[in-house]
Amino acid sequence: MEQYLTSHFGDTIWVHILMGVPPLVFILLYALVVIYLEMKMAAHMQDRLAYMRTGWHGLLQPIADMLKLLQKEDTIPAAADKFLFLLAPYVVFIGTYAAFAALPFGSAYIGSGINVGVFYILAISSLVVVGLLMAGWASNNKWSLFGALRSAAQIVSYEIPSALAILAVVMMAGTMNLQELSAMQTGGIGHWMILGGSLPLAKKLIAVPLMLILFLIYYVSSMAEVNRTPFDIPEAESELVQGYNTEYSGMKFAIFYLAEYANLFAVSAIVTVLFFGGWASPFASLMTGPWWSAFWFVTKGMFFVSLNIWLRWTLPRFRVDQLMYMSWKVLTPFALACVVGLGLLLVW
Amino acid sequence: MNPVAEYFGDIYRGLRTATIGMRITFKHLFTRAVTIQYPTVKMKLPERARNRLYVNMDDCIGCDQCAMACPVDCIQIETIKSTPEDNLGTTSTGQKKRLHVPVFDIDIAKCCYCGLCVYPCPTECIKMTDVYEFSEFDRHSLIYSFSTMTPAEIETAKMKAKKMEEEAAAKKAAAAAAAKAAAEAKAAAPAVPVPPAPPAAPQQQKPE
Amino acid sequence: MTDTLTAAPKTSTGKSLRTEEMIINMGPQHPSTHGVLRLEIVVDGEIVVDVVPHIGYLHRCFEKHCEHMTNYQQVIPYVDRMDYVCAMNNEFAYVVAAERLLKIQVPERVEFIRVIMAELQRIASHLIAVGTYGIDIGAFTPFLYCFRDREKILDLFEMTCGARLLYNYMWIGGLSHDLPPDFVPRAKEFCAYFKPKIKEFNDLLTYNEIFVKRTAMTGVLPADVGLNYACSGPMLRASGVNWDLRRDDPYSVYHKFDWEVAVGKGEMGPVGSCWDRHIVRMKEMEQSVRILEQALSQIPEGDVQSAIPKRIRPNPGEVYARTESPRGELGFYIVSDGTATPYRIKARGPGFVNLSVISEIAKGAMIADLVAIVGSIDIVLGEVDR
Repeated sequence: MEQYLTSHFGDTIWVHILMGVPPLVFILLYALVVIYLEMKMAAHMQDRLAYMRTGWHGLLQPIADMLKLLQKEDTIPAAADKFLFLLAPYVVFIGTYAAFAALPFGSAYIGSGINVGVFYILAISSLVVVGLLMAGWASNNKWSLFGALRSAAQIVSYEIPSALAILAVVMMAGTMNLQELSAMQTGGIGHWMILGGSLPLAKKLIAVPLMLILFLIYYVSSMAEVNRTPFDIPEAESELVQGYNTEYSGMKFAIFYLAEYANLFAVSAIVTVLFFGGWASPFASLMTGPWWSAFWFVTKGMFFVSLNIWLRWTLPRFRVDQLMYMSWKVLTPFALACVVGLGLLLVW
Repeated sequence: MNPVAEYFGDIYRGLRTATIGMRITFKHLFTRAVTIQYPTVKMKLPERARNRLYVNMDDCIGCDQCAMACPVDCIQIETIKSTPEDNLGTTSTGQKKRLHVPVFDIDIAKCCYCGLCVYPCPTECIKMTDVYEFSEFDRHSLIYSFSTMTPAEIETAKMKAKKMEEEAAAKKAAAAAAAKAAAEAKAAAPAVPVPPAPPAAPQQQKPE
Repeated sequence: MTDTLTAAPKTSTGKSLRTEEMIINMGPQHPSTHGVLRLEIVVDGEIVVDVVPHIGYLHRCFEKHCEHMTNYQQVIPYVDRMDYVCAMNNEFAYVVAAERLLKIQVPERVEFIRVIMAELQRIASHLIAVGTYGIDIGAFTPFLYCFRDREKILDLFEMTCGARLLYNYMWIGGLSHDLPPDFVPRAKEFCAYFKPKIKEFNDLLTYNEIFVKRTAMTGVLPADVGLNYACSGPMLRASGVNWDLRRDDPYSVYHKFDWEVAVGKGEMGPVGSCWDRHIVRMKEMEQSVRILEQALSQIPEGDVQSAIPKRIRPNPGEVYARTESPRGELGFYIVSDGTATPYRIKARGPGFVNLSVISEIAKGAMIADLVAIVGSIDIVLGEVDR
């Protein structure tokens, strides 16, 4: 897409701004869909119906929710740190939106085709921690502070297993550029990284279990990164009312909410690009092409989002120290072992 | 237990129980929801359902049993005696009504829906219906007045009752005065031997 | 933080704080304190150093109201409302006490129906307990399943006496209504429907590794501490004490049924942990279904209203009778002065007594564990505060 635009309009600033817009549009549309999807999936898993009255089977409900949040009163606690309080939701949103820059939405579009794509994503999504800490501190509320501190510890600890898992895939692919990673996995399901990528069959048999474990490790760490149950202690409703979110209302709350869902899609997208082929079609030559590739990317991303929703409504929540235990004593050793195993396999 | 075995056992159990749980919730994704979409669809209540109270005033004899049975005192009843000439009619169970009931108020907001007022009613005129949608905006609209007497009728009944009372009181006073006069006359007259009383009829005692 | 005063702040019990400690209020309005309960917690980081419960937010002067009732039957709606989650068991305790005072013998049909209703209500109450416990731990789905099953029980109750939650069904000397004709088949259908649901619930929540790890090591109540604090019900049985009033201090016709008392064995951790209390409740539900099936097939014929006295005027005296409610030992102490109005009715609420042990078992736990511990005690503020 970038080449198309530059060839028509020249290398102006407007072209670059236009290139940055599709992820934002996508996030807004996707938020409407995912709110509806989460509520309906949760409801049917619990033998009940969710929204049924706004529109046919409640399809207009997310729009109603958005309108409601837009016109709510924006309260700021009297003793809160005003500047940090106002800035926090935007910092969180920027952290997640910036990660979308390096995601390949199809074979024709990537926000920024930098060579350190995945490394950049890891780095910039840590901005979210700063935003959460600001939110918790600035609310002047003991419970929010608890939530923010817990969340900072959690996100920082789970970066390590996820980075190790990403390292393994990068080792196998040889590139950190996500567009190239997706391009490497074209040609049918056998070329997907989770099934060994482009290794010969003998090595694939050993690589597949390792890649499976790495996928699980990365998926679990990504759930912890986005604060979803079973890792949602920062917003544990039963204990901390709403954690760092407690004092936020109206549009600022909406932005937190949006940022959480956007982050969810971002990590699901990373999972698909790294392990499940990105925008490559599972059939060798059917359904390929720029529009089909966008379709595959979004579909696979949504599949992992629904998997996340399924897990959220099934499992109870971890306690803080058990969470730390899991990250440092379970995920990290297994990730290290798999990285070493995969390295040996590749060198062999 | 061997710490290494425990470590791996924990991981294995965690994954296994998580997948068992996921299988259950996945199965439930496809079962039919149990929700009934009120208010478009309403459930039919069983016949013994205890909801809003209803009083059939045609059958009420003003006995006050329901008001006395209520544990929260939400029924207020006032009665006026009827004169012998008034014919208030009979209830459907065959009892003759002898009392006017000008005030029969139930504060349905206080009512605790226990049904204790239903059992003592001799004519079964107070019942619990299956109506449960009766919310109001103002608390005072929840005080239900079941009495069917108009203010004019109440006035007439009160006046008649008062008149009857006064007549009864006057009669009683006259009878008392007459008896007193007879007693004084008797005491003032010379002592005359009283003839023996006939054996059968008992002698009527002098009113004191 | 607002606790840096010149003099060290004091908690409501008078102990003064060291400067690293923080007083937190898990206030009356909180998503997981099971009602309006205020817990004043002294924390050191994330570890709880002391817990002081403050109750009384739901006090409704129930015992004083009873002294102004015109007769003993009018007390029954009030008794219902004490522990609104298990109203039938409250009524059962009260009528057992009153019938002991009046020396009334009720027909056997009445006894069987009372046992059936009490066991159905026990299942309903335990469903709420385990469902809300799941929410406290973070699993939202089992709660909905529990309420779906509870609806079937409430439908049975509504069919019989007309109300879903507060029944006024068990009267002194009998019952207010006889069973409708299709009660027994529907109740048997419910028993058959419910048994696989218990297994599904266990698979989903009870044996889930995360749940076990959250609950099996915390809130350990040693048996001697439990006995000293007069705990009863599932709390005591989970600590290994084999004591159930239905078997050990028998009332009504429980001796006619074949069932087992569920005792905590420490399968997943120390005996008396929160997980043990949870599994004892699950097993009690299974045993209740067992009692139900036996009772439903053996109900004798009779008239449920033949022994209801026309006027209740007991001789002066007093009686204390206790029964096994889902939360523990529920007892009524009735003092009569010879008139139709009770002189004094005191309710011994199991929740009130069980809650008092929280400062012992919560020391050294984390805040997340505190929520788990309070949830496992299964309090209903209605009977804690009355």
